[in-house]
Amino acid sequence: MVKYCELFWSFFKIGTFTLGGGYAMIPLMEQELVDRHGWLSQEDFLDQVALSQSMPGVLAVNMATGVGYRLRGYRGAAVAIVANIMMPIVFIITLAMLYQLFKSNTHVVHFFMGVRPAAVALIAAPVFKLAKSAQVTWRTLWIPVTSALLIWLLGVNPVYVILAAIVLGLLWSKIGPGTNEDRTN
Amino acid sequence: MLFLELFWTFLKIGLFTFGGGAAMVALIQNEVTVSHSWLSTQEFTDILAVSQMTPGPIGINTATYTGYTAVLNAGYGQGLAVVGAMLASLAVILLPVVLMFGVVRFLQRYRNNRYVNGVFQLLRRVVVGVIAAAALQLATVESFGEPEVSLHFIASLVIFATVFILAMRKKSPIWLMLGSGAVGLLLYGLV
Repeated sequence: MVKYCELFWSFFKIGTFTLGGGYAMIPLMEQELVDRHGWLSQEDFLDQVALSQSMPGVLAVNMATGVGYRLRGYRGAAVAIVANIMMPIVFIITLAMLYQLFKSNTHVVHFFMGVRPAAVALIAAPVFKLAKSAQVTWRTLWIPVTSALLIWLLGVNPVYVILAAIVLGLLWSKIGPGTNEDRTN
Repeated sequence: MLFLELFWTFLKIGLFTFGGGAAMVALIQNEVTVSHSWLSTQEFTDILAVSQMTPGPIGINTATYTGYTAVLNAGYGQGLAVVGAMLASLAVILLPVVLMFGVVRFLQRYRNNRYVNGVFQLLRRVVVGVIAAAALQLATVESFGEPEVSLHFIASLVIFATVFILAMRKKSPIWLMLGSGAVGLLLYGLV
């Protein structure tokens, strides 16, 4: 049986030393959970990744929940989640405090003037990457475009747009052709 | 009651985030700068920048930092701001975690279900639009400078284009952010 302290240490390392968000954690998780400890088979790991991606929420936390639960039940999940997000939260709160102290410092102001357009670019870039993996074609381009315009121009809360997509998706699978809506897939 | 509202808002954000960190950032951005005026767009962009530079999931980082700043902006002290940060982080993971407990047992049966596939086919395309809307709403005068022939505006456009192209080529966000910050330091400090 997997020890709690080993589980904690693994997810602590994964959470603390991964820069660049949840997707960057996947290779490190695989190395730690599959190769190093052998807690999961390669196949189980990939299943867990697919499942975590299709569930709502944060990918890394979903992974920690699923893996922790498989290994040691509810307590295992709690240990893995806490270990995974503990240091990031401490880092962020520390930085938030420092920012409050130094936000009017000239160098900090200049630094953020350079960094702001980059932060926006890092949110714009996934749009095109995700469009590819979501199989957005000329025929289906109206779906993301309409969603974006509803939010951007009409001020609709994105939560309602997502809710509508879930309801319409269910209806479509009920009344639609059933197997596959896109011949291009 | 700010703390209750903060909890409820982040509970909602967690439940409706499909498609990774950028999708969560998009929902947080809309809730905290549009639906509630807890933060200005500029404050949010700064938070986003810091969240992209620190380790950990970007969604959690942004939730933590936003919770902290929202409480501080409402006039409370540092201690309560830390409580707000913890509250937002807890709320944002709570419902997905509970759902995961339920779903992990039905792993195989759940995956090739016709309804699940139907919903995700549409949902994934909608989320692309949700993230695009957030990027559009974040591209403001506060982040890019007044649209005129000025050092700030032109440099912002160049930084945006460069980082955009490099991010598409999967360059690490931390180096992109630190690099852009260094450019800002040199450019605005020396000129």
